[in-house]
Amino acid sequence: MEKNAAMTLLSVENLRVAVEGEEILKGINLSIGTGEVHAIMGPNGSGKSTLSHVLAGRDGYQVTEGRVLYKGEDLLAMEPEERAQAGLFLAFQYPVEIPGVPTVSFLKHAMNSVRKAKGLNTLDAFEFKKIMDARLADLQIDNSMVRRPLNAGFSGGEKKRMEILQMALLEPELTILDETDSGLDIDALKVVADGVNAMRSPDRTTLVITHYQRLLNHIVPDRVHVLAGGRIVRSGDPSLALELEESGYGDMVTAA
Amino acid sequence: MAIVQETIDTVREATGAYKHGFVTDIETERAPEGLSEDTIRFISAKKEEPDWLLQWRLKAYRHWLTMKEPVWAKVGYAPIDYQASSYYAAPKSAADGPTSLDEIDPELLETYAKLGIPLKEQEVLSGVRNVAVDAVFDSVSVATTFRERLEKDGILFCSISDAVREHPELVRKYLGSVVPATDNFFATLNSAVFTDGSFCYIPPGTRCPMELSTYFRINASQTGQFERTLVIADKGSYVSYLEGCTAPQRDENQLHAAVVELVALDDAEIKYSTVQNWYPGDEEGRGGIYNFVTKRGLCEKRARISWTQVETGSAITWKYPSCVLKGDDSVGEFYSVAITNNRQQADTGTKMLHVGKNTRSRVIAKGVSAGHSQSTYRGRIRINPMAHGSRNYTQCDSLLIGDECAAHTVPYIEARNQSAQVEHEATTSKVSEDQIFYCRQRGIPEEEALTLIINGFCREVLQELPMEFAVEAQKLVGISLEGSVG
Repeated sequence: MEKNAAMTLLSVENLRVAVEGEEILKGINLSIGTGEVHAIMGPNGSGKSTLSHVLAGRDGYQVTEGRVLYKGEDLLAMEPEERAQAGLFLAFQYPVEIPGVPTVSFLKHAMNSVRKAKGLNTLDAFEFKKIMDARLADLQIDNSMVRRPLNAGFSGGEKKRMEILQMALLEPELTILDETDSGLDIDALKVVADGVNAMRSPDRTTLVITHYQRLLNHIVPDRVHVLAGGRIVRSGDPSLALELEESGYGDMVTAA
Repeated sequence: MAIVQETIDTVREATGAYKHGFVTDIETERAPEGLSEDTIRFISAKKEEPDWLLQWRLKAYRHWLTMKEPVWAKVGYAPIDYQASSYYAAPKSAADGPTSLDEIDPELLETYAKLGIPLKEQEVLSGVRNVAVDAVFDSVSVATTFRERLEKDGILFCSISDAVREHPELVRKYLGSVVPATDNFFATLNSAVFTDGSFCYIPPGTRCPMELSTYFRINASQTGQFERTLVIADKGSYVSYLEGCTAPQRDENQLHAAVVELVALDDAEIKYSTVQNWYPGDEEGRGGIYNFVTKRGLCEKRARISWTQVETGSAITWKYPSCVLKGDDSVGEFYSVAITNNRQQADTGTKMLHVGKNTRSRVIAKGVSAGHSQSTYRGRIRINPMAHGSRNYTQCDSLLIGDECAAHTVPYIEARNQSAQVEHEATTSKVSEDQIFYCRQRGIPEEEALTLIINGFCREVLQELPMEFAVEAQKLVGISLEGSVG
């Protein structure tokens, strides 16, 4: 048990979650090892977004049963910012606009909050800019984007790139991509996938949540899980994703 | 909803920790309580004023007796007993007329230190920070710095009492020229009993080399404050004037009725910035400052007056910095952030009176309400019949935190000239949980997230402030709305 916990980064055990009295997740079991890439696929309404929100600590969800261990700690007892500071990053399906707040100030504030929590020194404007410029270059993001207010008036593709930029800056240990591919054309999809792949390493773990198989052509997972009706109904290797592409979710949903 | 409730809770905690809540124990020489012609004669005699000024005060007082306190503002408070207040208090040490900071009561200097005003350093560091401070403690100026340096350029910057003595011709010409002694209930009261304030004159064609600033602070218990500020920018000159306020915590409500008059002659420009952080009262609204202020500027040809204000304090704010755009092609601007919390009530806005041709005005007002507070924007845009080609743009945005506060927008628009263009835009929104959660997911604690979002909302206004003031104002936004930061 002890040994297993050391290798497992995230362990979801019999997680049941309700929203306004209606049960959405009906006993999720999921174990993700450090350095692995897992994909959760499922049709609309299967509970994919609920799972990502509960893991990130958003309000409005009642956990009725089960627990989640992150690095062996009780994740659900932590505040959202504590989870972020502990290395959990959620790339939002719908990144939020914050008018009037320059993106660059936000990024610096976020990065320094995480560094402070880790006991690292905070970066001054000059040090931060150096790091940011390097990441912008890696991701081929135009410098003008970070001078605009955060996400305000950004196109769908720009917003998703901004999520990936934030991921690259915060260097999380666990990244959850919540339908990051939705609404992206193939070029933007590649930028996102390249960003994620560039960060792949033995100590970076990724959970890709998606409706479609196409993102998984670019970010090849170690394991694929199918979420339907609030339960994980099948798990398998990447070929499962291809199988779904062929046959659709129909059979799985009835199985659930 | 949980986030919002938590925010309200932390905001409630904030009132117990008012940063500037302390009282300095300095002997004051005060006028007998109550208001009468004798009180006014006492004040005038104390200040060794010329007879014309005494007569001016008495005329105002007699007119005031015929006036009624205005009730149109959306603020509620118990009736003020004008006889229960003392109208003059001077720190005793001031009677000896200190000529340098060394002679000033050390306890007073300590008060400034607590407030973060390094007066001593101001002089030493004069080359580094170009800010001259005419510090007002209670009602009498006790320290004036940088005066000599300004005098080199012919700039006069002193207390209004000194100005009455040393430059009577300027004071007599301009005092009451923008805000007449009979203007309104509170301004008229001020005209009768004003004790001190600042005076500034910039000669023609001169650009004032530094930001001028005055720190007001109410200290003696139960002393109404009646500041009088007069700024005159002569033809083609420029001045930026900063006014910042804090006050110690106390139990009784305190009346403050200031008058600020700005005169911008042809081609002159005045930028007047205020950060107001007076004691807002406890969470039930007890003990806060009542702030009834009349601020008005007069623009001659091609002149420009820009008001920028950040209002976070006071139990009641009643304040409408205005511009009379008398000269052709003159410009008036008003940038405002008003933050109210707990039981605070703010009724604030501006008046832009377009008299000359091709006059322009721009109004950006941001209101942030939390707790049980009430915030009202009240603005009047008046285009006179002869103001051909005049334009106004007004934008009012309100942001609400929680479910128990309110924001109101009351624009009055009078366009009496067909060639005028008047635009008014207004929005009301709430701080969204999505925004807070997004910030927290990036590791930013909840209260910092709120400050970040509010500062973003106010950015258009805050960036109008001079740099060092902008930084202070951003911190104040955080302090006003959070428990932990204060």
